[in-house]
Amino acid sequence: MDQLVQHLLNATILGGTYALLGIGLTLIFGIMRLVNFTHGELYAFGAYCMYALVMLLGVNFFLALVLAMVLGAALGGAIELLLLSRLRGADIDTTMLVMIGAWIAMQNTEQFVWSGVAHSIANPFPAEPFVLGPLSVSWNRVYVFAIALLLIGATYYLVNRTRLGKAMRATFQDRDTAALMGIRIDRIHTATFALGSSLAAAAGALLGPVFVVAPTMGDLAASKAFAIVILGGLGNITGATLGGFILAFVEEIGAGYISSGYRDAMGFLLIILILLVRPTGLFAQKERIG
Amino acid sequence: MIAQAETVLSIDQVAVHFGGLIAISDMTFSVCAGEIIGLIGPNGAGKTTAFNVITGFLKQTSGDVRYRSKLLNGMKPYEIAKLGLARTFQRTSVFQERTVFQNVLTGLHCRGRSKLWDTLLQTGRETSSERELVDAAHEILRFVGLEQRAYEQAGTLPYGEQRLIGVALALAVKPSMLLLDEPVSGMNPSETARFVKLVGKIRDSGVTILLVEHDMPMVMEVCDRIVVLNYGRIIAEGTPAEIQSNPEVIRAYLGQGKKRA
Amino acid sequence: MSRFLPWLFVALLTSVPLWLNDFYVLHVMITTGIFIIAAMSLNLLLGFTGQLSLGHVAFFGIGAYTSALVSLGFEVHLLPDFTVGLAPKPVWFAMLCAIVVAGLTGYAIGKLSFRVRGAYFVIVSISFAEVVRLVALNWVELTQGPMALNNIPALVLGADAFELSFLRKPAVYLLVLATAVACYVIIARLVNSRAGRAMIALRENESLAMSVGIDVTHYLVVATVVSAGIAGMAGALYTHYIRIVDPDIFLFIYTVTMVIMVITGGKGTLAGPIVGGALFGFVPEALRAMAIEPEVQWIIYGVLMVAVVYFLPRGIVPAIEHYMSGRKRSPAPAASEASQK
Repeated sequence: MDQLVQHLLNATILGGTYALLGIGLTLIFGIMRLVNFTHGELYAFGAYCMYALVMLLGVNFFLALVLAMVLGAALGGAIELLLLSRLRGADIDTTMLVMIGAWIAMQNTEQFVWSGVAHSIANPFPAEPFVLGPLSVSWNRVYVFAIALLLIGATYYLVNRTRLGKAMRATFQDRDTAALMGIRIDRIHTATFALGSSLAAAAGALLGPVFVVAPTMGDLAASKAFAIVILGGLGNITGATLGGFILAFVEEIGAGYISSGYRDAMGFLLIILILLVRPTGLFAQKERIG
Repeated sequence: MIAQAETVLSIDQVAVHFGGLIAISDMTFSVCAGEIIGLIGPNGAGKTTAFNVITGFLKQTSGDVRYRSKLLNGMKPYEIAKLGLARTFQRTSVFQERTVFQNVLTGLHCRGRSKLWDTLLQTGRETSSERELVDAAHEILRFVGLEQRAYEQAGTLPYGEQRLIGVALALAVKPSMLLLDEPVSGMNPSETARFVKLVGKIRDSGVTILLVEHDMPMVMEVCDRIVVLNYGRIIAEGTPAEIQSNPEVIRAYLGQGKKRA
Repeated sequence: MSRFLPWLFVALLTSVPLWLNDFYVLHVMITTGIFIIAAMSLNLLLGFTGQLSLGHVAFFGIGAYTSALVSLGFEVHLLPDFTVGLAPKPVWFAMLCAIVVAGLTGYAIGKLSFRVRGAYFVIVSISFAEVVRLVALNWVELTQGPMALNNIPALVLGADAFELSFLRKPAVYLLVLATAVACYVIIARLVNSRAGRAMIALRENESLAMSVGIDVTHYLVVATVVSAGIAGMAGALYTHYIRIVDPDIFLFIYTVTMVIMVITGGKGTLAGPIVGGALFGFVPEALRAMAIEPEVQWIIYGVLMVAVVYFLPRGIVPAIEHYMSGRKRSPAPAASEASQK
């Protein structure tokens, strides 16, 4: 019983960062109709920023997170302006191929610059875990969870309460009408991609110090993000948030009670299952046209 | 016009709702063999929706569609096409990247007799079936008057000729009934005149025609009977002369600011 | 005249072992040939039916594992007292099994995953390949997991003379060439037939295809089965040539390699995968000869992929065709569908 509760606690804490990853991807997916294969690399980029800033340059741990997010947004904006802005109106396969190319180039650049060796990042939190009865959780994870919730809340606020968010939602609903209403679609796209990338970088910067930083970390993150987006439904932020927690629970329970080797298969199995049983995603209202 | 008047298509109390939006509220009409029927009505009256329901591209919320007394409810578009109920689409709809000839050859799909094994082993049946299809394709192209365009890429042809490819594709199905969705919209008067002749030729070959069109003179000229839809229900039905003098029809069109009816 | 050109090309390739003494180059040609076969099979889905299947490596890998396991024999305990086993079988039989198992997988995947299209189909296809990879990694009793299946029987080509070491590579080369030609003929016949026209119709305009009575899903499944079977065959050739297979064979990067080959050569053209496959089979070797690190090589791949989409969106073969027809200005119309029969 205690073991189950411990699993649930771990899953909740992991779910926060998963949700962060998923929200970033679902925004890009929904608003730009783009399957963003670089999402995982932005996640890895955030983690490497953290490593470079904290371990090599000696920047403050908390400031480094903010910088990683800013750099992530800048990199995302640059990718959008350089590669995608000229492909507007191209079909989904074309943009997908470009994103795959960008993904391969980015991942191998990381490998080239940082080598294949995994790096770890020191954190300023006390080494002994936070203990509550039979449960224990490291202080670093508590911090990660709190920041993730904070960022999720901020994204909700941005999308639902600000002018930019309103324009983003309008573009999602009906891009032609939005364009007619004077919304600059190209700017919305750049902003969306930068925001999504920033959230991915934040997730990487948060989890980098929990695990280790390695060039292939992005692949796993990307696959999870895709699973979360499929779970939650296209462009659905609430769906992605719930999807993040659901995936974390399924993984944690699957790894704990079935086989830890299949932990990372859970996401893919969920994707396949969802698409077979309920192709519109668990929480989607919009029709699936992809 | 046709004395024996065997009903081929019957639409019985069909309704289509999209969420809260009612596209067709309650539609009942029937088409007799050999007729040319016009389905008209202001924009958004539900004409294309009706087409999509009849040809299986859309599921009705309630009601029945029967073709030659066979219930079509829940059938897939390709199954309905195989019954001999063919359609064209409102926007130009061709296989863009292929030649006109390949378009028609694709349309002849159901007439082919070759199985997958025939194709892989190049059996005699494959060769003879393909030869038949090639001949049939040429014949259809001659019929619609596109034979000089046969080897040009479909997507590069002018608008009017792409509409003709659409008709050729539908005819390739060897239909006993043809549904034409705004076939002459965007055509100039001489193209329209040619098209009217083609419609007559198709009917003379024994095909029943249901037509959605905004070009009123054209509709009045070719149709034996006209059904008028407004706000998802039928407001009038009759010969062109009856429709032209029907006060409710005039109101429906004038209410929309259209004076052509 | 152009009808004889392909056969001249095949004859030239057949003669290669007679005058080429460099076994390393022959090795590169063999692996390139295997990847060209895989790329041709992907092209059937990607180029002709227009479905971007990014799980294609799964069929290749399933073919490789099936052939390896059938030729090695295996024994697994499914339940505590229920064992399934198979004694080692000849290589040719194993390769047949590979085609059948890959084809059946293609059938199941086709039936299930074509309920969704576009981006969703892409993600389902990737997920499928990843699940298969994780199974290969974790079902250690069957696959040896990361330890890999070793000592897989080499291709046996009947006559003992071929078992002599200096004849083995040329023999494998000729087998790969023959398979490639056979697959090319199968795909060429298919796409120029009624079934092929239905597949292309689906790529061009799905609604229109349905309206003329084409059962779209049926032809997608047919294309997937044929494509998966051919990919499985390529995987089987690969596994008996390299003689070792591990779960990395399912890595997404191999699918990406096939996709790059197809789009660079020209998707939806018969020659495209051959041109693209040859290019991306030899380019890595050339880069390696220039002592370029693998990461840089992959970066070049990625950049090339973006560049191809930008500057040669339809691929090399259509670009050449366009250039040629522009020069000749006499695009002999009869040379289309009818004369291909």
